[in-house]
Amino acid sequence: MSEAGGAVRIGVYICHCGANIAATVDVKSLAASAATMPNVVVWREYKYLCSDSGQDLIRQDIPNQRLNRIVVASCSPHLHEQTFRAAVAAAGLNPFYLQMVNIREHISWVHENRMEATSKAQDLLRAAVRRVARHEALERSRIPIHPDVLVVGGGIAGIHAALTLANAGKHVYLVERQPTIGGHMAQFDKTFPTLDCAACILTPKMSAVKAHQKITLWTYSEVVQVDGYVGSYQVTVKRRTRYVREDLCTGCLECLEACLYQEGRFTDEFNAGLASRKPIYIPFPQAVPQVPVIDPEACIQFKSGKCKKTCIDACGDRHAISFQLEEKTEEIQVGSIIVATGFQVFDARRAPYYGYGVYPDVYTALEVERLVNASGPTAGEVVLRDGRIPKTVGIVHCVGSRDENTNRWCSRVCCMYSLKLAHLIKERTGAEVFNFYIDIRTPGKGFEEFYQKLLNEKVHFIRGRVAEVTDWALDPTEEGKLILRVEDTLAGLVRRIPVDMVVLSVGLEPRSDAQDVCRMFNMTCSGEGFFTERHPKLAPVNTFADGVFLAGCCQGPKDIPDTVAQAGAAAAEALVLIDSGSIETEPNTAYTDEDVCSGCKTCIPLCPYHAITFLEQEKKARINQATCKGCGTCVAACPSGSIRQHLFEDEQIFEEIEGILTYA
Amino acid sequence: MPEVFEPKIVAFFCNWCTYLAADLAGTSRIKHAPNARVIRVMCSGRVDPQFVLDAFAKGADGVLIGGCHPGDCHYQEGNYKALRRVALLRRLLKQMGIEEERFRLEWISAAEGERVKTVINDMVEKLRALGPRVQPVRKEVA
Repeated sequence: MSEAGGAVRIGVYICHCGANIAATVDVKSLAASAATMPNVVVWREYKYLCSDSGQDLIRQDIPNQRLNRIVVASCSPHLHEQTFRAAVAAAGLNPFYLQMVNIREHISWVHENRMEATSKAQDLLRAAVRRVARHEALERSRIPIHPDVLVVGGGIAGIHAALTLANAGKHVYLVERQPTIGGHMAQFDKTFPTLDCAACILTPKMSAVKAHQKITLWTYSEVVQVDGYVGSYQVTVKRRTRYVREDLCTGCLECLEACLYQEGRFTDEFNAGLASRKPIYIPFPQAVPQVPVIDPEACIQFKSGKCKKTCIDACGDRHAISFQLEEKTEEIQVGSIIVATGFQVFDARRAPYYGYGVYPDVYTALEVERLVNASGPTAGEVVLRDGRIPKTVGIVHCVGSRDENTNRWCSRVCCMYSLKLAHLIKERTGAEVFNFYIDIRTPGKGFEEFYQKLLNEKVHFIRGRVAEVTDWALDPTEEGKLILRVEDTLAGLVRRIPVDMVVLSVGLEPRSDAQDVCRMFNMTCSGEGFFTERHPKLAPVNTFADGVFLAGCCQGPKDIPDTVAQAGAAAAEALVLIDSGSIETEPNTAYTDEDVCSGCKTCIPLCPYHAITFLEQEKKARINQATCKGCGTCVAACPSGSIRQHLFEDEQIFEEIEGILTYA
Repeated sequence: MPEVFEPKIVAFFCNWCTYLAADLAGTSRIKHAPNARVIRVMCSGRVDPQFVLDAFAKGADGVLIGGCHPGDCHYQEGNYKALRRVALLRRLLKQMGIEEERFRLEWISAAEGERVKTVINDMVEKLRALGPRVQPVRKEVA
């Protein structure tokens, strides 16, 4: 039996979505109006169409009522088009005989007047009914998936995703911008709430990455271009030079000792600026790879050309150091990509009332992470810049979080890391510690218990947003101290708390170049720059670019356990792609009716994918179905109307317009 | 009480930015005027000028095209193609006596649910001020 043959018989299915739709759209009258629409032979409304019993209505009606077109009025096609296509296909009908009407996101959730909402739903339903009559059976084509994966970012998210994939036998390229992998986690001493040592859980994973046969690790490198599509991405990676050859360096670090600079003189980024490093350095002792970097901005040889080059002498016959090395560009082919580019901390200078950068004893939490770290600049001693041990410490929560003037979101980790730092500072110094908070948010496993532990340790908690940090003493007890002015909203009074040290619990925000990264990988991001997942609940690691997955804080602030879980999920999604070997494509490609094509070549330069070739002999344009991505720009431009697009045929869109305006 | 004029807007939204923005307006429950009827296209570059002319011919009070911001097009540059066509189309519509406010091209990213509301509400307000479209009357030549 030919599906499309004979009369068009349309089944219309209207979903209540519980009360989500039914409360605003009169589904009964919508169904009644469907009955009056051309070619509609079945009309039904149901509580939850996406449920198995809902889908069953469609699956049974297709053979029983000899339906050959289906219209489902429910949620966005972005949510359930695949679900209903599968239901249609299960009943033996070509899945592209389905059209969805978005009466939830576009109607019931955004309109209040029931009559207006129902009338809009009728218009859109009529448009779909008219459109679907023009639908044709289409076949999906399959494109193969290249089994290699690119992981962008070598923090804990990227490391975990790369190891998971590599352990499954897949080849991974791990690209990290910094000279070492490890990311922010490498800077921490302890992790909340278990207080286990960050280095002890991270550094073995870092060395496993380096040792893994299946992982190609490129540090000090950046992805600069991404072309292609799911299954077949061509990626260009710029590999900056360290001026030290990774293949020859043994990691003996004698060159560091030999440098003419006896002491570090340049800002040590890894130590959050609390220490100095030499022009030749490794970021931290456990860095992976154990290969030094020469900073050409600082090195005498680069600046004057007159250095004795003691580093080269120290390297001896290994010849790993060369000032002539240049950056390289690598071209790789991968089938899927995991983006794990992480976050940056809020710049505390943007909240000038807290005096960061003005008063030396105001620190950011990241700086204090380095201070309490046994391998940090003070070997774990919590001391002020002048060497004093603080007797009183004030920790200001929500700096650059939950704030209309800076960042509005909650950074999720600050409450807990503030508690952790309070515990560590008290443990190391015996200082009296004050936490200034808006709310204490402890929703994770073991978090609330940790908060209780801190209360028992007699750490002070003052509820109120700190107004300012000042050194303006009003009485002798405040002399030489930093004073936190705060309204204690529980006690109901304005207080002044003098302390020796202020710690600003800075929030997490997207990296400043997040928008560019977003564009490069063809993803979408929020206005702030956090990358958007395909669906917040059902596709939390997928993006709108097929084959590109998300892990870690580039998607939104999260703690280490959540990051690792998400990285594992992203790796699993990539594995699904790789192990299925191929992926079905949406058959919405453009094609030419060569009988009508006049050979004007208007379309040729329009295609960004070079999918259109001009057949010189026949003087016709032909579209490569494998490279066409289905934007339809050539279709709209073709003067002779010879270019058409599957799923978005001109006739189908004209029917929609007609349907919308029929009773205008 | 005089009845308020409810203009009908045909909106062509691209699949990747503006359609998603309208979905986001939904999930964020951002209430707005119910006058726009969305037709989904893969890219704003797919909007054939004939679609716009057809919508006006069939009685639309306004036509709105929504695409990704410049530089953000899912298909690299389809929105620029839309922009070029719209510039020409505007001149044509003017000659046909269709007021400028009736035809809009807006860049609305997937994150801008709020902007869907602003644009639609603003357009509805302007169309209300303009009133229903007056069909040009063909003058009989004696």
